[in-house]
Amino acid sequence: MSPPAPVESRPVRPVGPLVIAIEGVTKLYQMGDETIHALRGVSLEIRRNEYLAIMGPSGSGKSTLMNMLGCLDTPTSGKYEFNGQDVASMVDDELAEIRNKEIGFVFQTFNLLPRSDALRNVELPLIYAGVPAHERHERARQALESVGLGNRIHHRPNELSGGQRQRVAVARALVNRPSIILADEPTGNLDSKTGVEILALFDDLYELGNTLIVVTHEEAVARHARRILRLHDGLIASDGANY
Amino acid sequence: MSRLIYEFNESIQIALAQIRANKMRSALTALGVIIGIVAVTLMGTAITGIDIGFDKSLSMLGDDVLYVDKWPWIGAEDWWTFADRRPFTPEDVVNLNRVIAATPNSQLDVAVFADLRSSTIKSAGNSVSGVFTRGASAAYERIMTADFSEGRLFNDTEDTSARQVVVLGYDVSQALFPGRSSLGETVIIRGQPFQVIGVLERQGSFLGGFSFDNQMVMPLGAYRKYFGIRDENTEIMVKIRDKTHMDEAREELTGAMRRVRGQFPGERDNFSINGGAVFKEKLDPIKKGIALAGLFVTGLSLFVGAIGIMNITFVSVRERTKEIGTRKALGARRRTILLQFLIEAVSICVVGGVVGVGITYLLCAAVKAAMPAFPIVFSITLVAIAMLVSVLTGIVSGFLPAMGASRLDPVVALRYE
Repeated sequence: MSPPAPVESRPVRPVGPLVIAIEGVTKLYQMGDETIHALRGVSLEIRRNEYLAIMGPSGSGKSTLMNMLGCLDTPTSGKYEFNGQDVASMVDDELAEIRNKEIGFVFQTFNLLPRSDALRNVELPLIYAGVPAHERHERARQALESVGLGNRIHHRPNELSGGQRQRVAVARALVNRPSIILADEPTGNLDSKTGVEILALFDDLYELGNTLIVVTHEEAVARHARRILRLHDGLIASDGANY
Repeated sequence: MSRLIYEFNESIQIALAQIRANKMRSALTALGVIIGIVAVTLMGTAITGIDIGFDKSLSMLGDDVLYVDKWPWIGAEDWWTFADRRPFTPEDVVNLNRVIAATPNSQLDVAVFADLRSSTIKSAGNSVSGVFTRGASAAYERIMTADFSEGRLFNDTEDTSARQVVVLGYDVSQALFPGRSSLGETVIIRGQPFQVIGVLERQGSFLGGFSFDNQMVMPLGAYRKYFGIRDENTEIMVKIRDKTHMDEAREELTGAMRRVRGQFPGERDNFSINGGAVFKEKLDPIKKGIALAGLFVTGLSLFVGAIGIMNITFVSVRERTKEIGTRKALGARRRTILLQFLIEAVSICVVGGVVGVGITYLLCAAVKAAMPAFPIVFSITLVAIAMLVSVLTGIVSGFLPAMGASRLDPVVALRYE
């Protein structure tokens, strides 16, 4: 696919190096006696500094594809390369390493540790990466400042609003300087005003050169992305620029 | 390596936060471990206590004294063969001392003749019967283990001239002259007046039975005169030079006694050499029995405690399935999750262990305050063992649930509500 013609109101879509290359990926699930074909052969390339929205009705394979992209799961068949590494054949701990270094997750339900303050929550990926304490604090603090929570670093999740919690989660996703940020319905648990704020934050991250993948069923959310991928019955129904 | 340390620190903090957040639950779970640890440590103090009490009793007998008797102290199956043995006489002891003196580098120091019986002793107002009475020569001073609280032992002159003097054990002195000193007083033994020239310090009882304080010692001369020497109760006490060479001393004494008794080669010894060691041999299986029974009881209570820990760890894993999913998504490896839940289980056990050791300490202090004579010993080794057992219990009981947590599929775990 060739990059679409530039449009005045939007910046030119950059063509960065390849981050994700998926080819003919399928995923089967065994549910009792029934075999479910969640993905029936998906091919996809994602380059650095793309802003991709993945859409589709429930049961379309959207979640499965997201798990696959996030290296939480491996395909039944097909090829998956992440920065040139063959992910499809990796075992648990190797996948954990990739997730830790290359992927920043943002969940619909924030998934913060309730008993740890914002700083410790953001530090967590750095602990798993083996970053020394001093550097860890500094980087976590910077990440929180970059999402506008520099004055909330010692608040616990239950002392923060929904929007602030999701910002902590975004800071946590950013702190390891990952290759991609993978957000699963990031505004799903937020009111519309706060949702807009989070999406504005995503826009900023994109402008700063990050690569974002947002899984959503809301057109309003997908509208922020520069490229929209629609799934249907485990296949890509459409994949195109969003201008 | 540094990563492992960070993960370890992180796990400990999470574990402590988890215990704080679920105080009641953690306390109830720890209770099982507390009971187990109290059982372990109490058993430990009891066994060390028995050991120390026994050693104390043995040293009252004199751990550097061998006793030559007609009967062995323990295990005399065929009473008549022993009863027929020729009794020991004061002359035997004179000869024995001569043999000892003639032996170069002898392990033996001195031999003393004694005769034993039970007798009654009276003061002006009181009477004590069943007093363990020993007639001995003045050399007994070199053998006796008890200290004098006042006075002294008779000397050679008093012995050979059959002076009517006596040394009383603590209890005897107290019974005859309650609340005051008996030194210099006159007591009546066998209708004869005896002057008290010494009182022994309080010693306690031998293995909780026979009391060393219910005794008196008088010169052999006087003893012979008023009691006569009864053949079956004569005894030779032999002090040895170095108690670490007990076996050599025993060997030498056997040879010397055979010479004194004029025995032929090949003939069986017509005497028995006794010492505290025979009690030790007898007591060891009893101690083993106690330890084994204790091990079973403590093992059982620890097992119950461990089941509690395992259960609570399973609950904890289930409750925090989503958290596990999140951690895995953020890059936690299997090892990390395993470590986290293991440390959580171990932490509860260690808290239980500390409390358990504390309770045992208080119990020991209470027992000591109530019964000072009861040999009970609370040692640092015991604390170390208790802590080790706590940690092991935590690892063993936490392993299965922690393993399960570490193997969770992150996709499934993240979806768990």
